[in-house]
Amino acid sequence: MSREKILNAIRQNQPEYQPLPEEVNFYFEDVDLIEKFKQVLEFIGGRLHAVSNYTEAKAYLESIMPPAGRWITAVPEFQDHATLIEPGDPHLLENVDVAIIKAHFGVAENGAVWVTEELMGARALPFITQHLVILLNKNNIVPLMQQAYRLIGNVEYGYAAFIAGPSKTADIEQSLVIGAHGPRSLTIILTD
Amino acid sequence: MSLTKDHAALAQVFNNDEERVDWHDETLWFVRAKRDRASHGIPDWELLRETASRIKHNVLSNMHNYLVQFEENALANGIKVHWAADAAEHNAIVLSILKEKGIERMVKSKSMLTEECHLNDFLQDNGVEVIDSDLGERIVQLAKEPPSHIVLPCIHKKKEEIGDIFHEHLGTAAGESDPQILTETARQHLREIFLTRRAALTGVNFAIAETGEFVVCTNEGNADMGAHLADVHIASMGFEKLIPQRKHLSVFLRLLTRSATGQPITTYSSHFKKPRPGQQMHIIIVDNGRSIQLSREDFRNSLKCIRCGACMNTCPVYRRSGGHSYHTAVAGPIGSILAPNLDMEKYADLPFASTLCGSCTNVCPVKIDIHDQLYKWRQVIVKNGYSTKTKTAMMKGMTLALSSPAIFNLSGKAGRLALKFIPFAVNNGLNPWYKQRDMPTPPEGSFTDWYKKNRKGGKP
Ligand code: SF4
Repeated sequence: MSREKILNAIRQNQPEYQPLPEEVNFYFEDVDLIEKFKQVLEFIGGRLHAVSNYTEAKAYLESIMPPAGRWITAVPEFQDHATLIEPGDPHLLENVDVAIIKAHFGVAENGAVWVTEELMGARALPFITQHLVILLNKNNIVPLMQQAYRLIGNVEYGYAAFIAGPSKTADIEQSLVIGAHGPRSLTIILTD
Repeated sequence: MSLTKDHAALAQVFNNDEERVDWHDETLWFVRAKRDRASHGIPDWELLRETASRIKHNVLSNMHNYLVQFEENALANGIKVHWAADAAEHNAIVLSILKEKGIERMVKSKSMLTEECHLNDFLQDNGVEVIDSDLGERIVQLAKEPPSHIVLPCIHKKKEEIGDIFHEHLGTAAGESDPQILTETARQHLREIFLTRRAALTGVNFAIAETGEFVVCTNEGNADMGAHLADVHIASMGFEKLIPQRKHLSVFLRLLTRSATGQPITTYSSHFKKPRPGQQMHIIIVDNGRSIQLSREDFRNSLKCIRCGACMNTCPVYRRSGGHSYHTAVAGPIGSILAPNLDMEKYADLPFASTLCGSCTNVCPVKIDIHDQLYKWRQVIVKNGYSTKTKTAMMKGMTLALSSPAIFNLSGKAGRLALKFIPFAVNNGLNPWYKQRDMPTPPEGSFTDWYKKNRKGGKP
């Protein structure tokens, strides 16, 4: 009932039709995209480490992450270091220490990476884990959000997110604290 | 108006503690300065703003069709769509969804719309416990206060006060006020909440007509923690949150957080398109006066607002009077345009809580003509007889000045002369803004130039 009432009021009250603006190409600096991505990522509290293969990536993670904790991954190649995630109740992920997932691409202007549900294994995983590790191919970095959404296009997903750095808050007197409700750290592993 | 205190009276209370006022002012100015740095990093910032404003203009002019399209696509995605004409209907819908599932405890992430609807009080009266999960909102909830800012809900609280609240409610050591420790305590406390609540309510930053999905932006990850662990996800949105296509997010996500806090983007920009298997996802589309605002030619642009808070951070009146002085859910310049639409009498004071300096209009990422609208509301309010004597007198002077271009152009200079020779003409008790302080020494150059030179950090 309210539906009709609201829609009728809107139809009656909305202004004369205005077309959408023409699409423009926004400016981006001609810089090294990896360098720019790294710089912004560090600015927002993340870290980046480049490797040339997965063995190197694993060795690096072992050196920086809590060894005894519970490691979960949605990347089959990391099965020997972490448990491959299985479908099920997300509450069972409560005590995950390290989660390793892949991203589709990164965005240089804001240090964000684009991850869809299939790459997460479970929607809750990138949030509930204490530490998040995301693998990103170094050739998959775009300059701006404009190119990012061109890549996304009309692709189908149930859930997806841009993730930019570890979770954070500055709600107490504007002092930045890393590790609000989500991960306490975000590591991007840049792969060849 | 006669029953509730107006902005000037509430601001006077806030101004009793001058040190706190200075601190509040400085803190918000710090956020404003971060916004400036972020926006200056984008050479075509103005083009970006113009594009966003024009996309929103298209949305306002085609709202009916976009809403129908959004509903159709959301339904196809498996999302349940509800329509609420007003706050009461919105709240009743939330309650009925929870009742149907036998849920008595809900976790909520930031949603100014639910503040506007007073959802928490309603649910509590109906036996449902609501816990706010955004840190700032949790703090004000424990303090039994409303948020004082749409992006920074407890910006008015000092860390020592937050420490006391946490000591009382969450068992931290007495006198503990380290933000790191307090945040960690809240993290542990809220983790338990996320893990045990079967329903989560979130706000909506953008809803996309073309795909039927909606986007929620947070830094803390609280919207996601709530939604991904709950059996029922309810998302509440004012209908103006709509944008036509997914690709338009590339414009709005670039503007939103740079304008809000100076970050390049929020930590999480979460795109919810379908419920996860076994989960129920609901979206409640709320009018609550918005369709009336849409009919007001002079004020409809206010519906372009993306709730970044930049107009508050930059506003000299907001910074020195505090969000609670506005006695409405959305404070500051934009709140002062939105509130009178809902209740012109109750909020007649708000359009007057401004110096009309125009700084809000300059920073607004969707180019809302905020200070012009404030000025126009003053006229409407006076015409409708809702203005008190003081403000009517103020208005008359203002109308005279603004109705004649010659006088308007001279008024800056004339104002400076008035300050120099007849200070009582400005500080004469008719202008509530001068209650707490004497007028500054008159500037030699323009007001802005003078303030830049004389106040820390070039603050106007
Ligand atoms: S009116 Fe503009 S500046 Fe103010 S909150 Fe809305 S979008 Fe931001």
